Amino acid sequence: MSRPSDHFDSPAPAPRSEINQPKLGIVGYLRFFWRQLTSMRVALLLLLLLAIAAVPGSLFPQRAADPNGVVQYFSANPTSAPILDKFQLFDVYTSIWFSAIYLLLFISLIGCVVPRATHHYKALRSRPPRTPVHLERLASFAAYDLPAGETDAAGNPFTPASVVEAARAVLRKSRYRVQLFDGRELSVSAERGYARETGNLVFHIAMIGILIAVGVGGSIGYTGQKVVVVGQAFVNVRSAFDSFNPGRLFTDDFLQPYRLVLNSFSATYEEKNLNAIGEATDYTADMTSYGPDGKGVKQVLKVNYPLEIGGNQIYLLGNGYAPKVTVKDSAGKVVFTDSVPCLPQDANLTSVCIIKVPDAVKQLGMVGFFYPTASNLSTGALASVHPALGNPTLTLRVYQGDLGINKGVPKSVYALNTDGMKEIVGPDVSTHSIDLTPGKTATLPGGNGTITFDNVSPPSTKANDLTKSVPRYVSLDIHSDPTQGWVLFFAICVVAGLLTSLFIPRRRVWVKVIERADGGLRLEYAGLARGEDPGLEAAVADLARRHSRQLGLKLSS
Amino acid sequence: MTAILESYSQLAIYSAMAVYTLAFIAFTLDLAKRTSAVQVVAAVPAVRVGVLTRAGGTATLEREPEVAAPVVPPTPRSSPFERVAFSLTVVAWLLHVAGTVLRGVAAHRVPWANMFEFSLTASAIIVTVFIFVQLWQNLRFLGAYITGFALIVLGVGTVNFYVPVVPLPPALQSYWLVIHVFVATLGTAFFAIAGGLSIAQLMQVRREAGKFAAVKFMATLPTAERLENLAYRVVLVGFVFWTFTLIAGSIWAEHAWGRYWGWDTKEVWTFIIWTIFAGYIHARATRGWRGTRSAWLSLIGFGAVMFNFTIVNLFFKGLHSYSGL
Repeated sequence: MSRPSDHFDSPAPAPRSEINQPKLGIVGYLRFFWRQLTSMRVALLLLLLLAIAAVPGSLFPQRAADPNGVVQYFSANPTSAPILDKFQLFDVYTSIWFSAIYLLLFISLIGCVVPRATHHYKALRSRPPRTPVHLERLASFAAYDLPAGETDAAGNPFTPASVVEAARAVLRKSRYRVQLFDGRELSVSAERGYARETGNLVFHIAMIGILIAVGVGGSIGYTGQKVVVVGQAFVNVRSAFDSFNPGRLFTDDFLQPYRLVLNSFSATYEEKNLNAIGEATDYTADMTSYGPDGKGVKQVLKVNYPLEIGGNQIYLLGNGYAPKVTVKDSAGKVVFTDSVPCLPQDANLTSVCIIKVPDAVKQLGMVGFFYPTASNLSTGALASVHPALGNPTLTLRVYQGDLGINKGVPKSVYALNTDGMKEIVGPDVSTHSIDLTPGKTATLPGGNGTITFDNVSPPSTKANDLTKSVPRYVSLDIHSDPTQGWVLFFAICVVAGLLTSLFIPRRRVWVKVIERADGGLRLEYAGLARGEDPGLEAAVADLARRHSRQLGLKLSS
Repeated sequence: MTAILESYSQLAIYSAMAVYTLAFIAFTLDLAKRTSAVQVVAAVPAVRVGVLTRAGGTATLEREPEVAAPVVPPTPRSSPFERVAFSLTVVAWLLHVAGTVLRGVAAHRVPWANMFEFSLTASAIIVTVFIFVQLWQNLRFLGAYITGFALIVLGVGTVNFYVPVVPLPPALQSYWLVIHVFVATLGTAFFAIAGGLSIAQLMQVRREAGKFAAVKFMATLPTAERLENLAYRVVLVGFVFWTFTLIAGSIWAEHAWGRYWGWDTKEVWTFIIWTIFAGYIHARATRGWRGTRSAWLSLIGFGAVMFNFTIVNLFFKGLHSYSGL
């Protein structure tokens, strides 16, 4: 059986007057379920169910795509969120129910493709079928009478054999597979468009291929993120990543050795278009990569143009400012000096900075805001009005006490837990805030020394030019997806299979020659569509025309 | 310069909308004027037998005159309203395309980088496909639907989605913007026309069942079965474009975001639309699903396309937030 029994081409089931239910037994039930699963109707229902099941994933934030959205949803809807979570509505695409639908669909698909493939394999090796007795019963049919006594170009009278031979030649030329039959009458049976079914099978097998490739890629691939400040380097070892998400079968051996240095980063912002002042128009990171041989290669990384190094793709996903800060204790000893990457909060790069100084006499924690171009709002609050460095300003609240990092428990560098810490600079104490511009130093109250917002401009810079006074950082996404190429390959197969299976018609045509009592011949042409074939009628008419032309005759209806 | 070009673009678009309105009125009048007094097509005899004769007296093969195509039921002559309406549509379309191209020239890029521009381009392509599909089949009875649809899209686009020309953000600076979005729009156009055919099919089914006799113009339309076949063939083209959109989008996502598929809301809806139309195509091959049911699937699919363009763009959070609003 080549197609499911409820394919519309298959004969309709005979109406049954009474319902008779034989006992099925276990094997019987299994066969029953298998038949159901591989039926066209169930496959269609599963397909539509898959479409419906995908909808909730766009209504609720998903952990994989938008983890912060999930956190926000939980805090906004504390009662409903845990219930929704029980139904895996925050992990729709890895949920049991979504997986069940697509796995059933793919099993159904395999159950359909395998028999069809074997059937098609046989069809490819067999000859076209015997000519039907009653061609006039077919949907596309035409018949012409050839009066007795007509002769061909050489003056020989037409015989059934010569007429059929001409038909065979015409069909051959149209790339039909042709078979002559000599039954009651001479006839030609021809079939074409095997590529339609081949394309159909390629399409469906490629879908299975995509599923497998995605699955394999997910378990041996990995993704990681790394923030790199200008001048710093990234080394491809697992501990160097800020965050790392390996697949299930990942081992550290998969990481290839290389080093990547960020030489400089430039962001271009719109200056002329009044509707878009300050909108980013370009981000470019100049990098140098060093392979195991130690040779440096200059690389340019831009959005949309990832780097390929050591089996990884490296993407420029974000950027921001990393103000360089130095803290000295009361004795003047440096206890902290580093560029601190700050998280951008808006399009003008108002950024939140967390500074932790564990090596001070008493540990210090700071929560800062960095404004590339600070401006006073009418409320008195500061805001950044442009993402470039026009008037860089760093404001800080400072806490003193236990940072909670001595116990070895990993803590986010982008969050500060102020429980158990004492505010020494902030709105609740006498020193409300420390506001710094590049190069300026402020005293920390309570004998905690000083803090300096370092100006990192090159020495030749003019004193009032602050455009290079704060280092920038980039956040890199580092991916390895070894089966990506396979997914693309199967996707191309999907398109190729789709095109052939939808637009190449598969049809059978027949030409039959009947000897009439008066000595003339009757030529019958008929066609049968296999699958959608809107051009069948025209194809049969064309066959009759070309056949008559081959015979040197003219059709008149 | 940009501002001047942009104002010309606006002018062309407003003019196009005015002419579309006239075309819409004329198409509606045409439908109203169509009567059911169409000639009854003579039943084609079950078996026609023609005669083969010698092409020429000499022994050489001669090129015989072209044979007429198989007898087609004579199409009713188009009404003056229809001819006027179609001419107006072409005029409006020229203005529409000019306005869209000017917008692109003003912005120095393709005119489909935000929702306003996408409204212009998508409606222009829908009308383009409508005009050129007439070379293949006479589908002018969809004129009121298409011009009305284009008017709504342009109206909502210019009133609610308008944004001045701004430069492209780095994430959109890719040639995939040209390919991916354009092909998606082409797919949308074919789905829109298929949607119109499916609506006509559903109405025709009711009329053929004797429930819709009052609507006379339906009698001048093709039969429900013919409409279904046409809709199917139009959907096939749209489906191929949509499949390509999905794949091109994945490749671009891989370049821009570092993964080819991440269940972003827009990706989810593109997938849903693909699945619905895949279901539609399979429904054609499933007993009990041809006809009205598959017509509804086609409409649900086109509804999802519209949902994806409007609601998902405006209200859903995701990486494809390029509406510019």
